[in-house]
Amino acid sequence: MISFPLAKGVVKMPDYNRLELMVCVGSRMLEDHSTVEVGTGVPMAATMLAQKLYAPSIIAIFEAGGVAPIMPGLPISVGDSRTFHKALMASTMNDVMETCQRGMVDYTFLGGAQIDMYGNLNSTIIGDNYQEPQVRFPGSGGANDLGSLCWKTIVITPMDKRRFVEKVNFITTPGYLSGKGAREKAGLPEGTGPYKVVTNLAVLGYDEQTCRMRIESLHPNVSLEEVKENCGFELLEAPEIRMTPPPTNEELRVLREEVDPEGYIIGRQ
Amino acid sequence: MYENLLSIEGGIEELFVDPDPDKARAAFRKKERGLKNKVTSVKEAVDLLIKDGDYLAVGGFGHVRIPSAIIYEIVRQGKKNLGLAGHTSIYDSDILASAGCMDRCDISYVVGYEIRGLSKSARRAFESKKIRKTDWSNCSLAWRFWAGSAGLSFVPTRVLLGTDTFKHSAAKTITCPFTGKKFAALPALYPDVGIVHVHRADIYGNCQIDGMLVSDSHLARASKRLIITTEKLIHNEEIRSNPSATVIPYWCVDAVVEVPYGSHPANMPGEYWFDDDFFKMFLEMGKTEEGTKKFYDEYIYGVEDFDEYLEKVGGFKKMKKLRAQEKLIESGS
Repeated sequence: MISFPLAKGVVKMPDYNRLELMVCVGSRMLEDHSTVEVGTGVPMAATMLAQKLYAPSIIAIFEAGGVAPIMPGLPISVGDSRTFHKALMASTMNDVMETCQRGMVDYTFLGGAQIDMYGNLNSTIIGDNYQEPQVRFPGSGGANDLGSLCWKTIVITPMDKRRFVEKVNFITTPGYLSGKGAREKAGLPEGTGPYKVVTNLAVLGYDEQTCRMRIESLHPNVSLEEVKENCGFELLEAPEIRMTPPPTNEELRVLREEVDPEGYIIGRQ
Repeated sequence: MYENLLSIEGGIEELFVDPDPDKARAAFRKKERGLKNKVTSVKEAVDLLIKDGDYLAVGGFGHVRIPSAIIYEIVRQGKKNLGLAGHTSIYDSDILASAGCMDRCDISYVVGYEIRGLSKSARRAFESKKIRKTDWSNCSLAWRFWAGSAGLSFVPTRVLLGTDTFKHSAAKTITCPFTGKKFAALPALYPDVGIVHVHRADIYGNCQIDGMLVSDSHLARASKRLIITTEKLIHNEEIRSNPSATVIPYWCVDAVVEVPYGSHPANMPGEYWFDDDFFKMFLEMGKTEEGTKKFYDEYIYGVEDFDEYLEKVGGFKKMKKLRAQEKLIESGS
């Protein structure tokens, strides 16, 4: 195990924020020529960056029906006109989700929510009373469909103890549910499930035996302790923990100037 | 942990709409078959076709290609106790819920404005028990519309299983008679009234839509009554010269209203981009109850109709700007 302790006052902070870093790392996860169903928010920015730098032939699919657009700017919605700009097809939600259900979609890329050690996601409520919750969030949107049907689920979300919790208030979207074999027991398609979690501090994956979340790569200037401190459950560690390469100048330039000049994603704090 | 969710056989929340296909057939049997001129006004369409207590389904994608003119008019006429299919329902559900027009909602996506964040006014409305809620996912509602459009009572799918979304739905599990595998059976959804904004329609209600259809072809067919608003009315000859472009046929349609820019402040693919300034203002005003009231007073109750509303939000000058943005034209103004 390697750790990278922060030497206060010695390490010079690089000139990017951790949200920018998170989007850049997310963009590197996407495989060219694969099919990726892109969720709203941060995944749209990371996918657009990937399309410009690493995966020009990525087949980005959007739940309202857009298939393989060349995005002229960051979509505001997974159903707006940018999601079918110069696309291969402007189709329907039913068609897109049926394509997922018959096993044609390799990845889904989902955004921020509460998450637990099995990768279960909550984007529905905070509180115990479903009809009168403390906070009502949007609900599933397409996330439950995508997390159920796509082969591999990648989640991209900043990390803190409020988001990474022991037990989510509500499983909106299935991760590994209660552990190994649970998805199949529930009736979900065989061989599907969580794959990676990209955060502002580290890249996390899953232990094959237990289906529990583990640390795989630490971002520059982030210590193992800092990752653990920002997580509300016990994280496992991969046999070899790598260091995430920092964002390149080219990544940052394209992200700031072409992908998110309005700061919808990278301007959030 | 969560083990109880794996073997649950049915959701515990309320099923708002009867999925009985014979009751739906009885309603569809009465629909007009003839090619009749259905052109009317926003006021009359809402007045005659939407009753207190009806269950509505709204086309488009919440802030893309939504029928804003009809939504505002529903509020202006003070319709009450409406149900809604909250199928990526963003500005549309916010306007109806925050005005107190709704008492129940099948939710797959409400409250959020995607990249723009959450709406406080929608949160206040949906966190209250005044709106009874049942949760689903986007495609489970889309498939429910599909089952309705096919004249069935349910559709088997592989979503929702094992989650609280299933627990707080009204779905049930079913075993496949061929493979023995477990599926989530979703009840068909037959809305009382569907409302869809389209690019072009003729006077009979034959509709063309550019870009993604989302679930609108199914939503339109499953609805017992259907109101169409259209950017422009076109001649029936144009429909007949390109029949493959007809995505909603006239026999589904009960009213056709021509409303140029009728989706503002939403994005109308190929026509105009989101009115970003308006959304910023709306979400800001929604932070307080006073602000929400002021918004309704100014932009809904304070105007006579959608034409006056368009003037108020910036008129032709604003619309030209939004057209240029949509078409990626640097107009310089």
